[in-house]
This record gives sequence, C-alpha cells and structure tokens, in this order.
Amino acid sequence: MTHTESHITDYRVYGWVLLALLILTTITITVTWIDLSALTVLVALIIASVKSFIVLRYFMHLKFESRLFTVFVVMVLSIYILVIALTFFDYLLR
Amino acid sequence: MHRDDIGAKLGMWLFIFTEILLFGGLFLVYAVMRHRYADEFHQAAHQLNAFIGTVNTVVLLLSSATVAMSITAVQKGEKRKGVLFILVTLICAGIFLFNKYFEWGHKFSIGLYPGSDMMIGLKHGYILFFSLYFFMTGLHVLHLIVGSIILTVIMIRIQSGSINKERYVLLENGGLYWHLVDLIWIFLFPLLYLIT
Repeated sequence: MTHTESHITDYRVYGWVLLALLILTTITITVTWIDLSALTVLVALIIASVKSFIVLRYFMHLKFESRLFTVFVVMVLSIYILVIALTFFDYLLR
Repeated sequence: MHRDDIGAKLGMWLFIFTEILLFGGLFLVYAVMRHRYADEFHQAAHQLNAFIGTVNTVVLLLSSATVAMSITAVQKGEKRKGVLFILVTLICAGIFLFNKYFEWGHKFSIGLYPGSDMMIGLKHGYILFFSLYFFMTGLHVLHLIVGSIILTVIMIRIQSGSINKERYVLLENGGLYWHLVDLIWIFLFPLLYLIT
C-alpha cells in the first residue's frame, strides 16, 4: 500500500496553531501568578491538556489521518488517566 | 517493492504510546510525591528559573511548528524550504540544549546534583523534588538529543532527495517523535517551574 494521504496542510495553518499555543503558554504563566492554591495546578493542567490536544490534532496530523489513529490515542490516554485515578484511590485511602 | 506508509506511521505511534507511558509513570510519581510534600515542593521550585523554562517552552513550540512546515514543503516538492525548516528546528533544539546546560551547570556549581552531600542533607520533600527534576528533565533532554540526531539524518536525506514528495514517511515519523518531545515539555514546564 503506497502513500495515499493527499492532504497538504497550508503553512499558515501551522502559523495560527503556533500562535494559539504561544497565547495559551502566556495564559498559563499569568494564571500561576494568581494564587488559587490547589486550583492553580488544575488550571495549569487543563491548559496543558488543551495545548496537547492542539499539538496532537494539527501538528501530529490526527485531524487528517484515518480515525483509527485518534481512537488509539484516546485509548492510551484513557488507560493512563485510569492508572493515575486508581493510584490516587489507593494512596488517598491508606 | 512493497511499501506500507500507514503501517510505518502506526508503528511510530505505537512507539510514542510506550513513551507516553514511560514519562507518564514519572509524572505519576511526581503527582503522588507532590501531594505528600506539597509545601516542600512549592519551596524547592523557587530554585528553578521560570524565565529559562519559558524561553525553552517557546523555543520548543516554534520547533514543532517548523518541523510540521517542513512536511508541507516536502509534500509540495519545495526541497530547499524542507531543508531550511528542519534546520530551524535543529537550531531551536540547540538553544534548548544550551539553556539546559546553563541551568544544570548552575545547580551543579552550588552542589545541587543527585547524590551530592548537599542534596542528601536536605529535607525529604526537597530531595524528591530535585531528584524528579533532574531525572525527568534529563530523560527529556536525552529524547531531545536523539530526536535531533534523527532530524539531522532526515535533513540530509531531504537534501539528497531520498526523502521527496513521493516518499516522505520517514520525515513524518521524525516529526511525530519531535512533537512527542514537545508534548512532554508542555507538561513538564508548568509542573516543575510554575508551582511557586
């Protein structure tokens, strides 16, 4: 099976994606200056997750690949999050 | 000769999944230890330079954009742009490495490194924070170096023409690996540098 993907992403799309990522980075930094104690970590993680989503979808091309790739990524991330949740369930209830 | 570009790309993704779980395990350790030694982690993080961390974040994000652009260039048959974009990516990697050298060098010079007398004498939470810092950023930088070597090979092959618009899955896979390096840093940065 030779290369069938024909979608060529325009340079400008990558430019916009980079801009979005830089803006989100700025937001992350400014938010951490506001002390929300426990909530700060959560906000930082949420923003990092949004950045990751953008990198996965556009830079890593998941939007334009076969949906199978996205399914795999979602599966692996779900397993990982489950591991974190289970670990904390154990740890917090000791 | 039989070629399977989608299979090749899938293989790279499978490898990326193993890397996610590798760093994921370290992040898990960080999460539990941070919960347990919240104050000490918070204090210890003051030793890190958030400005350098920010510069490194910006540089890596830029490098991800340029490696993606290199793929577009090769797809369009624009060989020179393809090579140039990878070169910019490599320069960004160099800047990141240079910053790391500064950061770690400073810490080493004040006696802060894994196993040092100073570190052994610190409170438990501090030891954990710095150990995680050195291990995670060290492992990350190792991946960055490997990624740079791979991208250098790819750049040479674009120049020579063995990577071209009919055949560029190697470039795509190298790009995917590079984006992984970026993704890891996207999480490392706030969790290590911005918890003050």
